[in-house]
Amino acid sequence: MRRDVFQAIADPTRRAIILLIALQAMTPNALAAHFDTSRQAVSKHLRILTECDLLKQKQTGREIYYELNGTKMKEIDKWIEQFKKIWDNRFTQLDDVLLTLKNKKK
Amino acid sequence: MNPDLTYDFIVDKENNVITVKREFAAGVPLVWDAYTKSEILDQWWAPKPWKAETKKMDFKVGGTWLYAMRGPAGEEHWSIAQYTTIEPQKKFIGVDAFTDSNGTINPELPQSTWEVTFAPKGEHTLVEMKITYPSLAQLEETIKMGFKEGLAMGMENLDALLPTLKK
Repeated sequence: MRRDVFQAIADPTRRAIILLIALQAMTPNALAAHFDTSRQAVSKHLRILTECDLLKQKQTGREIYYELNGTKMKEIDKWIEQFKKIWDNRFTQLDDVLLTLKNKKK
Repeated sequence: MNPDLTYDFIVDKENNVITVKREFAAGVPLVWDAYTKSEILDQWWAPKPWKAETKKMDFKVGGTWLYAMRGPAGEEHWSIAQYTTIEPQKKFIGVDAFTDSNGTINPELPQSTWEVTFAPKGEHTLVEMKITYPSLAQLEETIKMGFKEGLAMGMENLDALLPTLKK
C-alpha cells in the first residue's frame, strides 16, 4: 500500500524515529529502546515509514537496519519551496502597492 | 524581490507553524492599512495572475473578511478570515478558512490561525506572520493548493514583474 509522505510525519513518534535514524542507521530493537511503547508499536511505525519510502531497509548479517531515504525527505521541502514562492510574489505586489500609496500622499 | 529588505520563511514541522517575516519600505500606519483595508488587500493578496475580490469586510473583533480568489480561467476560491484579536497598528489575529460564496465554511478544507504583528524598523515596517495549522496534514493540504496557484503564475508574470523590480 502506498501512503502519503505527510501522513508519515503527522505522528510525533514517527517524527522522533526519523530524527533518530537521521543520525545513524538503526535496528528495530535499538530504536524500541528509545520509546516507552511496545516493540510492536515501534514496528508498526517503521512499517508505515517504509511504505511511505521515507525509510529503507538494509540487511547486515542477521540484523535489519533502517536508514533514511533522503530523496523522499526532499519532496516535503519542495512543497514548502512552492509555498514560499507564492509569498514572494504577494510581497513584491505589496511593495508596489505601498510605493504607489506613499507617492499619492506626497 | 528587493534584496535589501529582510525576508525570513521558517517552517516548523514539529509544531505545524509557518513563520514569515518581511520588511516593507513604508511606515507602520500604511502597512497596517495594506493588511486590514479590503480596497488595498484586493490589490496584492492574490498571487498574479489571480485576483482577490472582497465581498464583505468588517475589520473588528468578531468581524470577518469574505473574499474570492479569481483565476485567469474563471476559477474561483472563496475564503473567510474571522478576526479574534485586534490591537491597532500592532497586531491582529484571525482564523482563515475556505468557504463558498456565501461564507459557509467548508469543514473538509484546512483552517489556520494567523497572528500578524507589525513593528517599526527605522522608517520601515517589519511584519511577522505566524500561521498555525491544527495538523501537519492540513498544512500539506494548503501547500498543495498553493502549489496549484503557483503553477498558474506563468512566465509572463515574471516578465511583468522584472521592470517594476528595477525601479
